[in-house]
Amino acid sequence: MAGRTQPVSSWPGISAAALVAALILGTLATVGLRAETSGGFNPSDWAALRFTLLQATLSAAFSSMLAIPVARALARRRFRGRRVLIALLGVPFILPVIVAILGLLQVFGRSGWISDVLGVFGLPPIQIYGLHGVVLAHVFFNLPLATRLILQGWQEIPAERFRLAAQLGCDGMAMFRLIELPMLRRVLPGVLAVIFAICLTSFAVALTLGGGPRATTIELAIYQAFTYDFDLGRAALLSALQLALTAAAALAALKFSRGDGFGAGLNRAIRRWDGGTPLLDAFWIIAAATFLLLPLASVVISGALGLFELPTLVFRAAAISILVATISTMLLLLLAVPMAVSAATGRYGIVELCGILGLAASPLVIGTGLFILIRPVANPAMLALPVTALVNAVMALPFALRILVPAARDTIERHRRLALSLDMNKRTFFTRIIVMRLRPQIGFAAGLAAALSMGDLGVIALFADAQIATLPLQIYRLMGAYQMQAAAGGALVLLLLSMGVFWILDRGGRWHAEA
Amino acid sequence: MLKLDECIISNGSFLLNADFEIETGAKVAVIGPSGAGKSTLLETIAGFRDLKAGQMHWNDQSMTTLPPGKRPLAMLFQDGNLFPHLTAAQNVGLGIRPNGRLSDEEKEMVKSALHRVGLPEMGTRKPAELSGGQQSRVALARILVQKRDVLLLDEPFAALGPALKAEMLDLVADLVAETGTTLLMVSHDPQDALRITEQTVFITDQVAHAPVATKQLFENPPPALRDYLG
Repeated sequence: MAGRTQPVSSWPGISAAALVAALILGTLATVGLRAETSGGFNPSDWAALRFTLLQATLSAAFSSMLAIPVARALARRRFRGRRVLIALLGVPFILPVIVAILGLLQVFGRSGWISDVLGVFGLPPIQIYGLHGVVLAHVFFNLPLATRLILQGWQEIPAERFRLAAQLGCDGMAMFRLIELPMLRRVLPGVLAVIFAICLTSFAVALTLGGGPRATTIELAIYQAFTYDFDLGRAALLSALQLALTAAAALAALKFSRGDGFGAGLNRAIRRWDGGTPLLDAFWIIAAATFLLLPLASVVISGALGLFELPTLVFRAAAISILVATISTMLLLLLAVPMAVSAATGRYGIVELCGILGLAASPLVIGTGLFILIRPVANPAMLALPVTALVNAVMALPFALRILVPAARDTIERHRRLALSLDMNKRTFFTRIIVMRLRPQIGFAAGLAAALSMGDLGVIALFADAQIATLPLQIYRLMGAYQMQAAAGGALVLLLLSMGVFWILDRGGRWHAEA
Repeated sequence: MLKLDECIISNGSFLLNADFEIETGAKVAVIGPSGAGKSTLLETIAGFRDLKAGQMHWNDQSMTTLPPGKRPLAMLFQDGNLFPHLTAAQNVGLGIRPNGRLSDEEKEMVKSALHRVGLPEMGTRKPAELSGGQQSRVALARILVQKRDVLLLDEPFAALGPALKAEMLDLVADLVAETGTTLLMVSHDPQDALRITEQTVFITDQVAHAPVATKQLFENPPPALRDYLG
């Protein structure tokens, strides 16, 4: 493809990539320069590092191990609602963390459903705060992801192989060793690495369920250095540590994970002849579905009860969240579409690399850098919303590029010669051909970006003062003030907003789109 | 007159030599075994491939370094001749104005072109709502409004059935006759070549030979062509 005339200009995308790289690398450099190495790491920093690694390891291990039987059951059983269940497995990706936390608290918390049941038998309530709470929440978010990835591995096993094994008379165990184990060996390292990397940077879970000297992650320590001590040097030092960690984990995840999309084609059940144990499969499917749906159902029910007595604070915060998500989505599209085009012309791999940088840098680290940069010239709290929108857009960028680049590549490849022979200029090709042909993918990416931004509880916590809050932050504050009724109502509003905005944008993109 | 002056075309390790002229208004078939370089030759003339050596001229004007859209020619590819998200009329309109809006007068040109190819009422339909033959007609309507001197066909009708393909070739023959367009068409079917062309460029052993009369060529084929025809 090198050296061929392209019907579309690469420069807007290269410029966008340069901006993203400048933002990420610039804030990282700022953090690095500001870090106070003189004091070195104190014991609580080492404890934070140990806890971060421990919770991420446990979360990745539990999510992956539990996902194997669930994925296996889903791969070989056909039942009503299978499609819906598999679609539901994609929901945690855009589910606001604070909503899930609230649901988990209502089910597994001290005064949750399960503790109530235990109380009937005179047993003590469950303790959810601390390591097991953090791991539980991470498993809630990543078990579905692991299930989808492993299910994909199962779907990619050619049906002929199962037929051959059946013809040879392999029983369940032999079939597992012969066909399924090699697949798992190939797929699992990637799944583990991806979930490990995700759990390293999950700030909101540690903020709500962790805390204290024994359950503080590095990101939480950064936040505390900010808010409690206002020790920027220490925050920067911790950020540098976090950066090294996430960069290493992201590299490992990229190396092990295969270039798969967002689980297209998972709707096929494989025909098998080894029978297996229907009861056991049913158990796993029902258990997984219950684990995922119970907290959500709990939020919906309790939220509906609190919906009519919501404080106006919540509506104000909801309006702010909608504004932030809108700006963030527009920023994302302004960056992602041109970058996807440049990457798709095949000459600028560096552009795609700039987009992926967002995976390696944690939003809290970027936030720390921006805070240090902004503070000499302006009050960071004044810029809380634009900064949140920008950081959210950069965080959504890797996913958006994953969605857009293959479609852009396909469109350019397919229409290149016709456009050139018609003497169509590059601008027209971009607006009239690429944007129009990529509408479904643009809608999908915009929906993801909007939902992620709507539910994000990260940078905003660093920047916001008491006067301003997005909806997730407002819910967190209500929970902190033990206004659980109002928090539940707000969580339901947030859930509806996130899912609604995703649905509208995704649908809007596919509306009347020709194949 | 289209002139290929000691041209050497490279496609990877593959080389093709061409040194011949084609008269203005001639209808020429390009035939040869698969892999001989028929499509490569047309793509090079259209400007999608660079020449390794030599010059190309149209009426004594060099077009060797012109980008595809600036060359005095239009091309129909094996597939992808229409944008699937644009209507038939919009697709035809791109032949007049690839980058802007059509004037009322130009819209009339689009309409009459669609009328000419036998699709007077189909302007608002998108390609997916048209049959394969109708899609080919829309592409030909666009060629009509493009008003280029040379038309290159790289087997655009290959996916159509025999009767439909013959119908399309007859339509092409009528259109180029009306407009005095020079036609160069790739074919691997001697019947197609005999149907609408007077001359044939035969490609074999890395050489695109100068055009000779189609009828005589098939009546008295050289050994390489005899092998190809079987």
